[in-house]
Amino acid sequence: MQRDHVVPFSFDLSLLVQRSVASLYSHLVTRPTGAAIRLGIETQIGEIGTVCLSVLDFTQVVVLDFSCADEVVAKLIQRYAANDRPADAYFVARGLGEQHRDPIDEVLLRHDLALVAEVEGKFLLLGSADPLERAAWNVLQSATRGETADIAAAIAAHHADVAAALDRLATRRVILRGGTGSTAFYSLTALLPA
Amino acid sequence: MNVVTLSGSLDERYFESIVRAADAVRGERILFDATHVRWADPYGMVGLLALGQVHAQDGVKPLLKLPETGDVVSYMTRMGFFEHAETMFELNGARPKARGDGSESEVLLEITAVNSHQDVHKVVDLVNVRGMKILTTQLHYPRQEAFQFSVILSEVCQNIIEHAEAGGWVATQTYNWTKKLGRRVVVIAVMDLGIGFRASLSAAQAGRHSRWDDATALEAAFMHGQTRFHDPGRGQGLQQIRKMVGRWGGRISIRSGTARIADIPPWDEGSPLQEALPHLPGSQIGIVLPARVPAENSASPTGGR
Repeated sequence: MQRDHVVPFSFDLSLLVQRSVASLYSHLVTRPTGAAIRLGIETQIGEIGTVCLSVLDFTQVVVLDFSCADEVVAKLIQRYAANDRPADAYFVARGLGEQHRDPIDEVLLRHDLALVAEVEGKFLLLGSADPLERAAWNVLQSATRGETADIAAAIAAHHADVAAALDRLATRRVILRGGTGSTAFYSLTALLPA
Repeated sequence: MNVVTLSGSLDERYFESIVRAADAVRGERILFDATHVRWADPYGMVGLLALGQVHAQDGVKPLLKLPETGDVVSYMTRMGFFEHAETMFELNGARPKARGDGSESEVLLEITAVNSHQDVHKVVDLVNVRGMKILTTQLHYPRQEAFQFSVILSEVCQNIIEHAEAGGWVATQTYNWTKKLGRRVVVIAVMDLGIGFRASLSAAQAGRHSRWDDATALEAAFMHGQTRFHDPGRGQGLQQIRKMVGRWGGRISIRSGTARIADIPPWDEGSPLQEALPHLPGSQIGIVLPARVPAENSASPTGGR
């Protein structure tokens, strides 16, 4: 995939919940609310029709419960990480406070998923990742672009192990592979508008 | 007329004695005599509504003699008890005045019917509007943890919608437990008269256990996060509630059918699992969260016990 072709796309979840469930409630609670929001996001991604980086913006969300997080975040990530995904979408969560982190982390772990998320202004890898994957992701996140050899050197790990870890991270769609012929990887946040 | 006399405290400690006395005369006309009640909390009030409904469903509306203490009647009025009680009891005693909208009282959440996911939204909205100040100033919860209180309420109310196949009630209030704990607490009660944990989990989980009864079903859900659904994302609500309650040094109990399971903190006493209780349909959940002390707020959360 060519990173230049990825279209950034942002979802303000507090607005989406009002549209999706046709109510004034802004708190992201209950499974039906979460499912309605997810369907709204899926519809908008489907309308884009190309590879996209979808920003899930939690800035205006006050309360997020585990059931809603499971429906919105886990099921969304799961669907677009699957081989039969309906579109080529990547996800980054932004505007998370500590009160959002726990529910999102828990539902991701439960489904063995991972997500790049901005928590209290800092980008983190939430959910399921082993220590080597997490170390490799951290190096790439700082550098925004890196070759396997550079990352392996930075964390003092075997090249083959790091290559496998980067491959798993790319499969889980929390980093991007370079285009055809490239051996580089990119952080997802490198694609975000400045 | 069978008389079930309520003790001075209408709360979780004395609830079982009321259930047992009422169960002994099931199917007959009952007078619940609350004359001597001096203290009531959400668990006791919602529990009494549940008992009243069980007996009303038997075909004869039970009578409820109101407390003689005006303060208690006034408090139960503010909690919205009588609005619900009128539908399942014949009320006997000084009729309370209308409770108003509750916005001027310090009630955290009046007794509120939970019949749909929309009701869960209303509960979360109300608690966020009224509760944040109480939780942060009286209970000394950091603001972010006060939000988690809403998450607990949301998850525990959804438990009714998702599993009970019937409506229920929720109520929550703060109290000063000076004698018992030396600080304030929040008491949450969530109850329904639905199918209960045993029936809810039966199809998906009964075959995995050598015996299948109320206690086993409660252990499966409470201890192991098992649920009626095969989706791995399900069943985490109760687990997360336990984790948060434990992190805050609180107490949680769930009664369903003939059993009760609980996480008992060091400041309280009781058995973590009780069996052979008088049968009560549905599930009855009680949560007590103690106020924070400054030293706890400066320490990092440590997760579940």
